[in-house]
Amino acid sequence: MILDLEKFFASERPLWAELDVMLLRLEEHQNQQPSLDEVKRLHYLHERAAAGLDRLATFANEPETRRYLESLVARGHAEIHEQRGMPHRLKLFEWFFVTFPQTFRRHVRYFWFAVAVTVAGCAFGGLALVFDPDSRHTTMAFGHDQLTPSERVKKEEQSQGARIDGQQAGFSSFLMTHNTRVSVSTLALGMTWGVGTIISLFYNGVILGAISVDYVQDGQGQFLAGWILPHGSIELPAILIAGQAGLLLGTTLLGRGSRIPLRTRLRTVSHDLMTLIMGVGLMLIWAGLVEGFFSQYHEPVLPYAVKIVFGLVELGLLIAFLAKGGSGRVEMSVNSKP
Amino acid sequence: MEPSSANTLRLRTPEGITFALPLAGPMTRLLAWMVDVLIVGAVSTVLSIAMALLGWMARDLATALATIGFFVLQLGYPIATEWLWRGQTLGKRAFRLRVVDAHGLRLQFSQIAIRNLLRAVDILPGAYLVGGLACLFSRRAQRLGDFAANTVVIRAPRLAQPDLEQLLAGKFNSLRAHTHLCARLRQRVAPEEAALALSALLRRDELDPLARVELFRELAAALRAKVEFPPDSLDGLADEQYLRNVVDILYRPRGASS
Repeated sequence: MILDLEKFFASERPLWAELDVMLLRLEEHQNQQPSLDEVKRLHYLHERAAAGLDRLATFANEPETRRYLESLVARGHAEIHEQRGMPHRLKLFEWFFVTFPQTFRRHVRYFWFAVAVTVAGCAFGGLALVFDPDSRHTTMAFGHDQLTPSERVKKEEQSQGARIDGQQAGFSSFLMTHNTRVSVSTLALGMTWGVGTIISLFYNGVILGAISVDYVQDGQGQFLAGWILPHGSIELPAILIAGQAGLLLGTTLLGRGSRIPLRTRLRTVSHDLMTLIMGVGLMLIWAGLVEGFFSQYHEPVLPYAVKIVFGLVELGLLIAFLAKGGSGRVEMSVNSKP
Repeated sequence: MEPSSANTLRLRTPEGITFALPLAGPMTRLLAWMVDVLIVGAVSTVLSIAMALLGWMARDLATALATIGFFVLQLGYPIATEWLWRGQTLGKRAFRLRVVDAHGLRLQFSQIAIRNLLRAVDILPGAYLVGGLACLFSRRAQRLGDFAANTVVIRAPRLAQPDLEQLLAGKFNSLRAHTHLCARLRQRVAPEEAALALSALLRRDELDPLARVELFRELAAALRAKVEFPPDSLDGLADEQYLRNVVDILYRPRGASS
């Protein structure tokens, strides 16, 4: 049987045009909720286009029309069958103070795993320095192996912040972007089934452990606390949360004990991954500002006690925020276990 | 979702209708990416000049703005453009490519963010080697970022409603005078043969002139053998015009005037 194309076109063309216009409107104004009548009409037009595509595929090899109809049916399919909610408008405040801590708590076991890996790295770096002092040349980054802690403290205190004066903004922005890159890499390495994330966290731990033991052994524990805590109380948890996201991604890929197909698992966690890494980004902006404008000033400009208390207050607030933030609100994503 | 054939993602709707999305190959994607790199490079150059000028007045501020500006540009450009233009950066627009959900659903912001953030692993160890290899060997031409975000990159040519009337209607058809022969023609020509003739006419402008003459000669000869029209109705009729008349009869049984 050969389809009477002219008759077919004459009857269907106006409906295709109407569907095209309706889809364009929906695609361009995604925040607007269509009325019930519009939804019904959209469904009807989509069904007609789908039926037309079916007829055309069966009765005639007309590639141009088929491609056009396939494009219409594909777009209609996306609008009609999408069940994931679309934000009606960007609620940054609510997202950060409600969704982010809720998401953090939902996957907190990966955070604790990231902490454990980092602590193991710290222990390794610290013990390596204790048993092999020469290891400082490989375990310490950013030139920390070039000076002993005492020499560094003396130099910093003598400069009274002159070293950083007039460069705070530049230094701060460098820290923000560098740490965000590290965090994004830590997340992305989750694609290696989490192995890359674990290595990244462990390596960070090694550096942190080596530097900490070096300063403590040299009697500069107070300087270390005053130097690290103001920005580190936000920066280190941020890196750990990036590790949490990477481990979540890796575990989702592994899907151990889950019968849900991989693509569905990935679809389920993608929003949570984004929430975690965006939250990390905001935390690192704050950490960068503190490190650039506050952490680099030492005694006699800024008493160590002030810096330590500032860092501890920040840490306390962060713990409260992550533990309690949004706890009175209904969770936005309830089905996001990998 | 149905198994995808080479370069095509086939999706089945709950209504049982199957549609195909043509997947973009690694080379086209590479070219689109190179356009994006050039754009980011050009904007970075402008930003550098602006910051150098600002540096005369406030060096620290200029350094900070430049550092953050380059970072936001590199990371934010693909995310922002793909979100604003529903899966297209400027490079993808130039090559008519589009990022879509792998299940044919609406693209979400989280998917765009994830696929772009995971470039950090696709780019390893350099020059997008991991991403390129993943794209080359993946059934859906997905790099790792696409895989994690459940997205695919498709070719999205601009499609308008086909104008069949321009091809068939409004032209005198000398064969229509022989109604009984027209009926016999519709009876004897198989749908596949009719479709072949129609496709040849629709694509006639894409053909090389010599190949076009040869193709229409062969098709006309095959159709002439089905039904013999009187010589007076074929007088002065070129093969292509004969084919057009036959297709007109097959696909528009009610005639050109309807």
